[in-house]
Amino acid sequence: MKKSKSLLSPVKAWKYLIKEPVTVSKKDIFLTPREASDRYRGFHTNDHTKCTGCGTCSDICPTDAINMIEMPDIEFEDGKKQERPAIDYGRCSFCGLCVDICVSDSLHMSKEYIHLSTDPNTFYFMPDENGIHNTPQKTGYTRDDVSDLLDLDRYEMAHEGVMRKKSFIEVVKGFSLQMALAESARCVECGVCTATCPAQMNIPEYIRSIYDGDLEEGIKQIYKTNPLANVCGRICTHKCETACVLGNRGEPIAIRWLKRYIVDNTPADQYEAAALSYVSEKANGKVAIVGSGPSGLSCAYYLSTLGYEVDVYEKKALPGGVIRYGGPEYRLPEKSVIKDISMIEKAGVNFLCNQKLGTDISLEALRDQYDSVFLGIGFSLSRPLPLPGSDNNEVKYAIEFLGQARDYVRGIRQMPDIHERIAVIGGGNVAFDVARTLLRLQEEKYGKSHVTMASLEARDKLPADLEEIEEGEEEGLLYNFGYGPQHIQIEEDKIAGLHVKKVNSIFDSEGKFNPDYDEADQHLIEATQVYIAIGQMAEYDFFNEEMQSNIEMFRGQVKVEPNGQFKDYPWLFAGGDIVRGPDIINAVDTGHTAAKSIDEYIRKKRK
Amino acid sequence: MNENTHEVNKLKEVKLFLGPQHPGMHGNYSVHMYVDGDIIKKTRPMPGMLHRGFEKLMERKLWMSNTALIPRICVIEPDINEMVYAMGVEALCGIEVPEKAHWIRMMILEMARVATHLFALGGIGGPTGIYTSMYWAVAERDLILDLFETLTGARVYHIFIVPGGVRKDLPDGFLGELSEYLNTLEKKLPDFQELLLKHPVIHARTKDNIMLPASVVHDLGVTGIGMRSATGTPYDLRKVKPYARYDQVEFDVPTATYSDALTRIHIKFEEIKQSIRILKQVIEKMPNTTDVKVPFDKGNALKWKVPAGMIYTAVESTRGEYGYFIVSDGKEKPYRIAVRGASYPQGLLGIEKYLPGHRIDDAPLWMDTMGVCSPEIDR
Repeated sequence: MKKSKSLLSPVKAWKYLIKEPVTVSKKDIFLTPREASDRYRGFHTNDHTKCTGCGTCSDICPTDAINMIEMPDIEFEDGKKQERPAIDYGRCSFCGLCVDICVSDSLHMSKEYIHLSTDPNTFYFMPDENGIHNTPQKTGYTRDDVSDLLDLDRYEMAHEGVMRKKSFIEVVKGFSLQMALAESARCVECGVCTATCPAQMNIPEYIRSIYDGDLEEGIKQIYKTNPLANVCGRICTHKCETACVLGNRGEPIAIRWLKRYIVDNTPADQYEAAALSYVSEKANGKVAIVGSGPSGLSCAYYLSTLGYEVDVYEKKALPGGVIRYGGPEYRLPEKSVIKDISMIEKAGVNFLCNQKLGTDISLEALRDQYDSVFLGIGFSLSRPLPLPGSDNNEVKYAIEFLGQARDYVRGIRQMPDIHERIAVIGGGNVAFDVARTLLRLQEEKYGKSHVTMASLEARDKLPADLEEIEEGEEEGLLYNFGYGPQHIQIEEDKIAGLHVKKVNSIFDSEGKFNPDYDEADQHLIEATQVYIAIGQMAEYDFFNEEMQSNIEMFRGQVKVEPNGQFKDYPWLFAGGDIVRGPDIINAVDTGHTAAKSIDEYIRKKRK
Repeated sequence: MNENTHEVNKLKEVKLFLGPQHPGMHGNYSVHMYVDGDIIKKTRPMPGMLHRGFEKLMERKLWMSNTALIPRICVIEPDINEMVYAMGVEALCGIEVPEKAHWIRMMILEMARVATHLFALGGIGGPTGIYTSMYWAVAERDLILDLFETLTGARVYHIFIVPGGVRKDLPDGFLGELSEYLNTLEKKLPDFQELLLKHPVIHARTKDNIMLPASVVHDLGVTGIGMRSATGTPYDLRKVKPYARYDQVEFDVPTATYSDALTRIHIKFEEIKQSIRILKQVIEKMPNTTDVKVPFDKGNALKWKVPAGMIYTAVESTRGEYGYFIVSDGKEKPYRIAVRGASYPQGLLGIEKYLPGHRIDDAPLWMDTMGVCSPEIDR
């Protein structure tokens, strides 16, 4: 290494005296400041209309600089919280991790990097699109596919192959441990799902239990708000998944399947210990529950946790209501139903079956024998369709048929009389339950199937779940969606088919139900049996005359207070279909709410 | 001895403070110096002014969140922290980083090495009074920071090397800009040489001064330029235990067997040239793909776990071996991370043991040429 020294060498630097300076002039600093780079991580901007208020930015923030501030002015909507992030620039390290993990892509960083103030409070602010200085901001750092910190793709659920139609095997196979762990690791635990779930289930908490490998805790979290864990893990309408913030940029968490994973994989002893951990001694009173469907079961379980002796009256031979006689085996296996009901039974609930309200017992008698009565009778009748020819013997209704089919699969009844060519009217989930059950029975009886579905709604407007439509098609259902049934053609007392016409529109310009048909497009769906699945309704003939006149009804539902209590009959409560329409998770919620109200009512009465 | 003589003897030794002010690289921690005239008799390094508790803090932050904290452990050369951390996490997770990410990482590390050496060379200007060199060096370094800003979005704390790769792909035309800059820097280097390395004042102040004998190197455990300048051993982690893609580029490790301050300055200068050489090869060999990152665990960053285990990873910083000892218990946050700051041996024990005997005005030169970075000592 040559380390020479020269007296003259420093003088050579003088050549720079005649060169252009590399420094930035004052003029340039203040008047035409250099623009920061395109990736610059300056002060934040946040699009409040896109922001979900999920707080994921706050969770990842390494310096705890982001606080979620409640914004009551923001209108509440599903999938969003009324909160927005505020950033403390005394702490912010400008790392941009918040931008990379933002679920809604609302949070960006700007090119703005100068803020001078003698007021320290101005360094803590809630960014909107105009950033810290309330002026239009140039966008700096943004997330891209590489820097993304979320896992947006759902782990695909395995389904049985198409040969499933030959039996009633459960279609959805369920997650393996690895898949459940990976799926649970996608959750950002924001709790938007909880706010949307009718039963306000502790969803992030039970998903967390999978991730932590503590399934017993998961069962505890589920049973806090929902004793139908097995049923809801399979056939819940999962409003939570629609709300899931991950749906903004990717696919929502498979919340329902994760719940199913917990209930299917928790060891039996841990399951029982966790599910029964809330049950207390029966010392506070007696309550009668009419109907053992989801709302009745939910109410019964929570009353037993509150210390009440509960008798559940069920008109059918087995408890469960719609979960026992409605949902088909391939979607809701018997073992799941039994598991849920047996857990409620173990909680100390008595089931009195073959007891129909109005026939075997009266409401008045229940009122006198018990401290309070809960009505969870459900929509147990099929809605009739006054179609010419619908009085034929071979016109069947959904609810009755599904119950018979279920009993057949259970092995306690003979196979219902199934014809070779069948038409099903309806486009909801129940219509698909009917059609897919019929298809399986046909396969069993004839080795082939021919079930045609028809509904007013076109395929893309069907009320049924997309998976039902796709799976049904895969199994070989024939679709005539967008064709309205006109009449059932009868020839020599036998059904020859269902006559349908192309629907132009269902509602008129005023929004009233008034289908408009295309007269040129009509045909006959050949069939010798027609099944009608266009809706359900309740049977209220057990109400005495006074009650009939006092209780307000609306669209087949009874009107009760928000806590489930009848205004004029404080001893009487209701829940489920007759309060909020047919939906299991809503039923669970109304049952839970009613249980709490019944407890309150009885305590007040005792004072 | 009368009473007055006794008083004079008592006043003979004066206690002076070097720092803690913040004039740049050295001085943001304090050295208490007991001086007799202008000769330092006894020194006491006083760390703690810059202690931010990073090692403890990291135990409470997510694996991903930590990437934003760690660059601050060594302020002037932040990228090495990101690199050792990423290497450790990747080793524990058993993941392989995309090829292009290796090259981008190496590019960032070498850009940072040039910037840091420039800063250190400029730093010589302060204590020696040659301020021109400081202005020049800082101006050149700023141009590198411009490049960093284009690439990463930040000038100093880049937070760009993350476990699994790098945060983003290269922006369009970046390699061209880098190449252009390297050419201008190369043209400027001879001027630096004239101004700084040949300067009679520099020679007067640094030649045969601030010695680092091989015995002290072994005594303290000094690595990096200090070790290579004293022992002649070309021990450079980029050569002996290559990481990123250092095994696929050609460069030399400058060494010497006589370590005075001037030798070490010369080696730094030489290393800048070698870094430029590496960077030119990086530009040439940069893979033409877009794959630069793989997630190190399933799910989102809030849930990323690192399998239980422990690992020591190290890289060659401008001051020597810079390492992290990472312990994971398989959860979302590290169990323990210990940092081996490269300047720990010379910066703490070295100051106490070997700074005495020098003149007061040599103290900053001592710290600069020995490669003392106080934030990595304090952490």
